[in-house]
Amino acid sequence: MPFASVINVLLALLLAPLLPGVINRVKAFFAGRRGQPLLQPYHDILKLLRKGAVYSRTTSWVFRAGPVLGLAAAMVSLTVLPLGGTPAVLAFPGDLLLFAYLLGLMRFVTMTAALDTGSAFEGMGASREAWFSMLAEPALLLGLAALAVHTGSLSLSGMLDGLALAEIGGPGAPLLLLVAVAFGIVLLTENARIPVDDPNTHLELTMIHEVMVLDHGGVDFGFIQYAACLKLWALAALLTGVLLPPLSGWRPADMALGVALILAVAVMVGVIESVMARLKLARVPQLLVAASVLSVLALALVLR
Amino acid sequence: MPTALDLLGVLLILANLRLLGSSRLAACIRAVALQAVILGAAALLANLPDLDARVVIIAVASTGLKAGALPWLLRRAIRESGAVREIEPFIGFTASLLVGVGLLGLCFLIGSPLSAHVAAGSGLLITVSLFTTATGLLVIVSRRKAVTQVLGYLAMENGIYAFGMAFAIQEPLLVEMGVLLDVFVAVFVMGITIYNISREFDHIDTDRLSALKD
Repeated sequence: MPFASVINVLLALLLAPLLPGVINRVKAFFAGRRGQPLLQPYHDILKLLRKGAVYSRTTSWVFRAGPVLGLAAAMVSLTVLPLGGTPAVLAFPGDLLLFAYLLGLMRFVTMTAALDTGSAFEGMGASREAWFSMLAEPALLLGLAALAVHTGSLSLSGMLDGLALAEIGGPGAPLLLLVAVAFGIVLLTENARIPVDDPNTHLELTMIHEVMVLDHGGVDFGFIQYAACLKLWALAALLTGVLLPPLSGWRPADMALGVALILAVAVMVGVIESVMARLKLARVPQLLVAASVLSVLALALVLR
Repeated sequence: MPTALDLLGVLLILANLRLLGSSRLAACIRAVALQAVILGAAALLANLPDLDARVVIIAVASTGLKAGALPWLLRRAIRESGAVREIEPFIGFTASLLVGVGLLGLCFLIGSPLSAHVAAGSGLLITVSLFTTATGLLVIVSRRKAVTQVLGYLAMENGIYAFGMAFAIQEPLLVEMGVLLDVFVAVFVMGITIYNISREFDHIDTDRLSALKD
């Protein structure tokens, strides 16, 4: 395990809250506003961490465990992710499943915590989250499977390293494009972004993720926000790993390029949110099935 | 060059899936027009080393006809009939996508052994041409609007064109010109028929025509 891998995780822990800041600034730019400071998410999280939490008497330990376990799962998922050619801290065959299901665990604890409040409103959000994540999972796993077959490696680090060898204009280009688009849709879904979910709205009929965390406050809510930033970072890192393999071969440069690309993904998310409306709830599954279809197509291309 | 052809093949598959998954007639027309453009580009690309005027003229003419004239005719038919989107097809849009994936798998199964015998072009082309034809057929049987059925017919034609292109490079283009003429006349007639149906019955749903009484 090289020392650079640890820097990898530290970078993610430090810079992840920057991503929502970037997204908000891009949206503000499109709307003709100046927007909140780039570092606002840091201030928000620090403010929340200084507060105490209030718990309803109807909730049990499940509700309190939700944010802690969610943050822990998000942090652990960062340890299997390579960034810019630097292998992950943990790299073993099959760690792609660990990555997918750490994100799954995070969703699960968020949903159980939401159900634990006993609020019908939060139950509805949990049900929608389960529905959409169930449809997003095949897209992620089949895309990872296509990459695994293409590079002959079952570990995320080995996989993205193998892509570095296959040059961008090479025979892998159609495959990489398909998988990147599928992962892009998964990223938008998993992070509750437009066109699947609107992170700004607090209307009961339209929100999915926001509604599940309504009853959390103080430190717990800070944990949830930080975990959401880390999850956005993790999926963005995966997407950039697929989109652009490390170029220079010199670690610091590749890592800087990786971070720049992750920020570029945040800008892209901001642009998508500015130019698109949220999809009708009934149309979202179609988008997710389309993402899965892209992944299946990628898999068919490598298996042919 | 095989990579670029592969990329065009993947784009063609995506255009097919767009045709299957979209409810808007205008989007479906764009998808079929895009197919024609992709096929024109593929024809030029496959002949790139020794490009002569005949190939260019044939490719440009067929692309212009299929991506320009026929979509224009169909758009006109849509405007006249006032139908904007396909409502309640026999197979829903998400289901169509899933059936499409199944068909794609089948086409890979059938196409892979076939493409082993093809010398020229990309190995993906046979699979893609089979899939395009199958998509066209699926659209014809699963949609209600006459316009969408015509689009399915056009997609089938695109598939046949791609199939011819996969096997040899120049002669099928000549055959294609003959086929294209038939298709042009057929779509022309169908466009007029759609217009007349919609004027007579206020809709262009073909399944409701069976309930006609004299």
